[in-house]
Amino acid sequence: MKAFEYARAADQAEAVAMFRPGVMYLGGGTNLVDLMRLGVARPDTLVDVSRLPLDGIEPDGGGLRIGAAVRNSDLAAHPLVRERYPMLARAVLEGASGQVRNMATVGGNLLQRTRCAYFQDVSKPCNKRLPGSGCPAIEGDHAGLAVLGHSHACVATHPSDMAVALAALDARVHVTGPGGERVVPMPGLHRLPGDEPERDTVLEPGELITAVVLPAPPPGASRYRKVRERASFAFALVSIAAVLDVDADGTVADCRVALGGVAHAPWRAYHAEQALRGSRAGEDAFAAAAEAEMERARPLPRNAYKVPMARNLIVRTLLELAP
Amino acid sequence: MEITLTVNGVDRAIDVDPRVSLLDVLRERLGLTGSKKGCDHGQCGACTVLIDGRRALACLALAVAQEGRDVTTVEGLAGGEELHPLQAAFIEHDAFQCGYCTPGQLCSAVGMLAEHGPSAATEDLTADPELTAEEIRERMSGNLCRCGAYPNIVTAIAEVAG
Repeated sequence: MKAFEYARAADQAEAVAMFRPGVMYLGGGTNLVDLMRLGVARPDTLVDVSRLPLDGIEPDGGGLRIGAAVRNSDLAAHPLVRERYPMLARAVLEGASGQVRNMATVGGNLLQRTRCAYFQDVSKPCNKRLPGSGCPAIEGDHAGLAVLGHSHACVATHPSDMAVALAALDARVHVTGPGGERVVPMPGLHRLPGDEPERDTVLEPGELITAVVLPAPPPGASRYRKVRERASFAFALVSIAAVLDVDADGTVADCRVALGGVAHAPWRAYHAEQALRGSRAGEDAFAAAAEAEMERARPLPRNAYKVPMARNLIVRTLLELAP
Repeated sequence: MEITLTVNGVDRAIDVDPRVSLLDVLRERLGLTGSKKGCDHGQCGACTVLIDGRRALACLALAVAQEGRDVTTVEGLAGGEELHPLQAAFIEHDAFQCGYCTPGQLCSAVGMLAEHGPSAATEDLTADPELTAEEIRERMSGNLCRCGAYPNIVTAIAEVAG
């Protein structure tokens, strides 16, 4: 591991003031420390933000304000999250292991990097790690990678489960930085790779996530489901966060569908949602909605299985949510 | 950097390079070799210790970031010659073969039994579920056992969970 200096910030203003090129913020470290050990992340200085007073969860209007330093396990165990946002609690519980969730923070979960094998191996080219060096995944091992929104430069997926639920809940990410404070909506924090796969998010250098604010829970039934290669402690092949609100006459009043494991960002399935609204809730409408989204997929040879997997997951989850 | 930790009830002052993990401090500096280095990437759970009472991966914890924390390793579970109930149950139920993952399994199980709330195996997220075998398996999924002693590990933990 490359040598670095360690400093602890007393508050968020001090953390931002300590930022300069070469500085990285340290949360729980469950991804960053590993990437440093692999030589993928090479900060000159770590500014530890894990003890900042950003560890509260409190009601915010009809919604909920979640501090960026809240541990994943505390988020999933919080009574208000379990009661009002069960889809979020389940998404968090479906990710990682008990030990990792005890360490990982909400802010760090959003900013974790892709687990693409080439990104994590410094002996290989990777446009995300070393812009312009190429993407071996396109010809190589891309079985777990993107089928939607990818580019010639990068086919990586974002690994977070939590972010998929936040994208479906229209969460707002509060950020502070050298340029002041701002609010970034979810989805929208994470970018598609385009020609700049080295940029995972729209955050500017030195910006620090301080909180995630959830609006009031959307009406209807909700569910997070995850398909993976083993029953626990594995990243999603495909996952879904779905909300379905059906009128008394059987018409879909509103819905939210977000997919994980299929793109460089949590993928809000707007085409599926548009097809669903006003339709008659049932398998035919759900299949048409899934098709409206997944017909846009551009799978690679070894991840084509994700397209029917996502289609089936959308239909099955909506059927579970339908009255 | 100079840091102070409480390890198994004893205050320790240690001068460490920022690169050093808590696991390496425990094993190489303090001679507490119970916590094991399996993968060193947070994927196997062999290095699991309790930090301020909560189970965590010592391989991914930078020692400098643990200033002032209270750390319990497998060496700190027993009360003198009296084994921790989980240690006794692991022996009683033959919950290991080679034993390499056992310190991590034990610390993880101690931390897990003190946790509240649902898991991914819990159907009703608003309830505090009973610790069925399925719940124990899900909650212990961060601890791998290459010998495959899982059935007996689950039995041992279930006995202590009551």
